Amino acid sequence: MSTALEAYAAVAGQDVIDQLGQLASRYRGMKVVHVNSTRVGGGVAEILHKLVPLSRQLGVDAHWEVITGEPTFFQCTKAIHNALQGNPVMLPSQWLEAYEENNRRNAERLRPLLEEADLVFIHDPQPAPLLGLCPNRRGKWVWRCHIDASHPYRPVWHYLRRHVSGYDASVFSLASFAQALPHPEYLIPPSIDPLSEKNIDLPADEVDAVRQRFDLDSDRPLVTQVSRFDRFKDPVGVINAYRLAKRFVPGLQLVLAGSGADDDPEGEAVLAEVQAAAGDDEDIHVLLLPPDAHRVINAIQRASDLVIQKSTREGFGLTVTEAMWKGRPVIGGDTGGIRLQVIDFHTGFLVSTPEGAALRMRYLLNQPRLIHDMGAKARTFVLENFLLTRQLREYLTLGLGVLTGMGERIELG
Amino acid sequence: MQEHADTVSDTQSFSIKDCALIAISTGRRAYNLRDLSEHLRSVAVDSIYYHFWGGLIQARFDEREYNNDFASWVRHALHDAPLAERLAVLDPTDFDELEALRRELMELMDQRLDESESLHWVQATHPFEFIRSQIVIFDTRHRIHSPEELAEALPGLSIGSIFYHFIDARRRVPDHVDDFRQWLATFGERYDRLRERIAEVEAYFSSVSEIRERLAHAVHIGVEEAAS
Repeated sequence: MSTALEAYAAVAGQDVIDQLGQLASRYRGMKVVHVNSTRVGGGVAEILHKLVPLSRQLGVDAHWEVITGEPTFFQCTKAIHNALQGNPVMLPSQWLEAYEENNRRNAERLRPLLEEADLVFIHDPQPAPLLGLCPNRRGKWVWRCHIDASHPYRPVWHYLRRHVSGYDASVFSLASFAQALPHPEYLIPPSIDPLSEKNIDLPADEVDAVRQRFDLDSDRPLVTQVSRFDRFKDPVGVINAYRLAKRFVPGLQLVLAGSGADDDPEGEAVLAEVQAAAGDDEDIHVLLLPPDAHRVINAIQRASDLVIQKSTREGFGLTVTEAMWKGRPVIGGDTGGIRLQVIDFHTGFLVSTPEGAALRMRYLLNQPRLIHDMGAKARTFVLENFLLTRQLREYLTLGLGVLTGMGERIELG
Repeated sequence: MQEHADTVSDTQSFSIKDCALIAISTGRRAYNLRDLSEHLRSVAVDSIYYHFWGGLIQARFDEREYNNDFASWVRHALHDAPLAERLAVLDPTDFDELEALRRELMELMDQRLDESESLHWVQATHPFEFIRSQIVIFDTRHRIHSPEELAEALPGLSIGSIFYHFIDARRRVPDHVDDFRQWLATFGERYDRLRERIAEVEAYFSSVSEIRERLAHAVHIGVEEAAS
């Protein structure tokens, strides 16, 4: 067994790794390809950075390809992303032309690999048209939607549906995200990698060094939100909640930490709004970090008493999972995948408004014992449900399902 | 039945199988009790299986207050305690087939609708999402030849193996027992007490890893008792 597999076995259990080995052995001689639109930034790239190498260590011939594009393409795909999350956005025809033309160009490059692959996972809307551009494909194709598409802006969904209907299956994070499509729709929540820089245990002095670097006072309570600067993450709402709570917890400090992503052109505008809302409050720390500042984010989460993720729309909310893995209760927006993870009075609290978030900050910060107990429960919950090994098991199972038939019970010899 | 025959084939050797379950959306959602009952009438039977058993092997919060998703939803989304309690009493192993379980679920819901005028119009706080599942079963090539070997092997079996042999078996094996008890019966009366100990392990309210621990303990003790 490789050192990496041994390391996963130490965290998740040897039986879990043995089972993955059994599933992976069914993929002998097959080629599996994942395609997305960015190699850095955002949860999808983070998952693929780990899922693909782990698959290879288990003996699966897995590949990861990234499509490229010019700014108009990413403006269009960001608009599609926002529309799937419910924003009524219009897509100018030149954007759609750029979307389709860009996929045609990428198809020229990727076609040989994709057409010979046995199983292809296309992640999110950006590369979705590739299916129609690979007419001689011999394998099964699966569209993986990481977005909360529970209430999409219908005109945009109708457009996208033309590109995704032809897939052999699709995957959504939650049942409520699934839209009517003419193929099986699997449900697989994403996961975190416990061995990544963002999630491994850190020595206390490293956490202290990060506190000092950002001028955070270890004697006063700290609440943190880690996410892209995106309006759906409601960073301004978090500042409002902090201000409401600070009237009762005067020493309260707030960190809003995030990084840009290659495929998110709106980040700068939202960051400017957040900085304006923060004003000159020295206890609000707005940190724009490089996309590879994983260890720093890890340390900030560990330095925090509570973590907040006050999203108004959320695919799954991996930052919630990360915080829970570090034993921190989470105050999360009552939406999407956050609902699957944050269980009131067990792993944190679900809230709908800045007022609700402020109430739960006060409630928890006044009860350190509760923070400890809920944090411990949160970590166990992630261990049992949301580690990378569980997600890989489900991808491997799904692949076998798609490749061997759609019956309820599939018996392999 | 075929799976069972494979599991306990040739002269008392026990084939350890493993399985993985994957959830699939049915696209059906219920927003009130009437919706729930109507969808139940026609939803695929494997969806009923999933909502009783799937939670044990799928990602979810592990403190199971009720033994099935229908009872949990009725309690937490419709806030109707009487029906939730009646639904929670249902044990799928009491029914020869899932179609009979389906009829009983609908009967209990319709009875409650007759009792309560308000439940006809109460909207749930969140919809019930009907999910079905696909189960992939594979042979680990691991064979066990004696109860003593079973006691040694149990702590290291995967969650999938425990689910398959201890929980999924109840749908496959005559009399709705698990594969372990069925296999131990082939050794005669000597292991009757061990079989009773396995029967005492609760299948609903613990995570599968906890079930594995309890099974391992029960089999360890039971084998020692048989030897003494």
